[in-house]
Amino acid sequence: MYKKGIYKIVENNPLTSDVWRMVLEGETRWIVRPGQFVNIELDGLYLRRPISICDWSDNTITIIYKVVGRGTEQMSRMTDGQTLDVLTGLGNGFNVDASGNHSLLVGGGVGVPPLYRLAKELLQKGGKVSVVLGFNTAKELFYVDEFKALGADVYVSTADGSVGVKGFVTDAIREANLDFDYFYSCGPLPMLKALCDCTDVKGELSFEERMGCGFGACMGCSCKTLTGNKRICKEGPVMRREEIIW
Amino acid sequence: MANNLDMSVELCGVKLDNPVIPASGTFGFGKEHNEFYDINILGSISVKGTTREARFGNPTPRIAECRAGLINSVGLQNPGVDAVIAKELPQLRKVFRKPIIANISGFSIDEYVECCEKIDKEEQVAIIEVNVSCPNVHNGGMSFGTQPEMAAEVTRAVKAVTTKPVFVKLSPNVTDIVAIAKACEEAGADGICLINTLLGMRIDVKRRRPVIANKMGGFSGPAVFPVAVRMVYQVANACNVPVMGCGGVESATDVIEMMMAGATAVQVGAANLKDPYACKRIIEDLPVEMERLGIERLSDIIGVVK
Repeated sequence: MYKKGIYKIVENNPLTSDVWRMVLEGETRWIVRPGQFVNIELDGLYLRRPISICDWSDNTITIIYKVVGRGTEQMSRMTDGQTLDVLTGLGNGFNVDASGNHSLLVGGGVGVPPLYRLAKELLQKGGKVSVVLGFNTAKELFYVDEFKALGADVYVSTADGSVGVKGFVTDAIREANLDFDYFYSCGPLPMLKALCDCTDVKGELSFEERMGCGFGACMGCSCKTLTGNKRICKEGPVMRREEIIW
Repeated sequence: MANNLDMSVELCGVKLDNPVIPASGTFGFGKEHNEFYDINILGSISVKGTTREARFGNPTPRIAECRAGLINSVGLQNPGVDAVIAKELPQLRKVFRKPIIANISGFSIDEYVECCEKIDKEEQVAIIEVNVSCPNVHNGGMSFGTQPEMAAEVTRAVKAVTTKPVFVKLSPNVTDIVAIAKACEEAGADGICLINTLLGMRIDVKRRRPVIANKMGGFSGPAVFPVAVRMVYQVANACNVPVMGCGGVESATDVIEMMMAGATAVQVGAANLKDPYACKRIIEDLPVEMERLGIERLSDIIGVVK
């Protein structure tokens, strides 16, 4: 078996009212880079559900997902000991080697999770890591302390100003006046665009699209880039900023 | 498992080890699934639909979840026939040693002719499957596959420039599938493949707009299986050329059912996307199902249901 396996749920708990963390136990050797994703089969649903990988160990995969539809709602009702059929190690992931001396990581909402493992690897590699996390409001915050615990400098923005800088991630970046030399980002499309508009520094962004298979066979999630057509699930989800057509 | 079981079938002189063939558009040019298992176990492969020019296809989102299936409006994304011949087929050749089925689409008779003429020269290609039915692409008119005379015209034109067996892949989005199949047969088709996807639509009720950017797309998956069996049955009984059955096949039992309806070979489509091992599992289950149902030679059951 390659890339597909049966995983046992060993943890499934809410972090906020609609964001959950699930820990799956099973084979993890196909995961090679932060920013890759898993594709989960769920009873009664035809297509698998792609979820970004937050972190992994030799035998566990941590995912953080927001309950937005039938699939994720079903996941939130699952309990420890239940099993899931999962494809793992999908997508290209972030390139840790591309970073310089000071990396900026920018996450919005459920775009935050894949940056966690990325921050860990960047800090292990050495160099300064600043993390800017954007949420709508205080009660939607998650993983801020976890990023701090890794040793990253963490800045928060909320749209309503209930925590951190009032406004968007770009406002927090301006206010902190960070002199980063490379960035990595994952979040909603308008956030990714605003980020690229506010800096000329090179970086990588992770994109979303509705997928059929998640492993490159169906061409469902293609996008046009300056370096040719790419499948979000295969050549993506991470793209270098200079290849993106906004 | 008894070792006297025979899973082989023959399509217009092309002998297949087993009747299981991934359907065009669900298997690319083989390399993605080959990362999961050795694809040489397959009967053959119907590779990604190919057009004259490179195509990006339709805007995204172009996939929608459905009960028991999915809608796609990929819109024939492919690198164009010249790049398929120069790059994709040689790459496939390295990992897949068997003859393949080339799937050709076009927006004019000229395009079908040019693509088929080129692909016909490829030694690797055993059968040409002419897609007259893709419901995703609109070129100012209805698809060739919705009228007997138009389907026949494509068939005649393609047959005139090719040497390999030509299967016409039909759309189910018609009133009388038999009339179209017969028109193709009379125009020289060596076989019929059916069914392509059913035109479908989903609406995002929160946003009050279609899920698919192109509004509509092709519905496939296990929900369409009974429609496919019915159409295979009708066409196999009305025509004298072999039929490749396609539509919602998920199991070895489905393969057997499709063959009893009249299919000589069976294509597996959407299942490859949900479970990358679908074809492998089906091929491994076939002998078990044959034994259970008392079938020694799979080719014996083709069209046994009258």
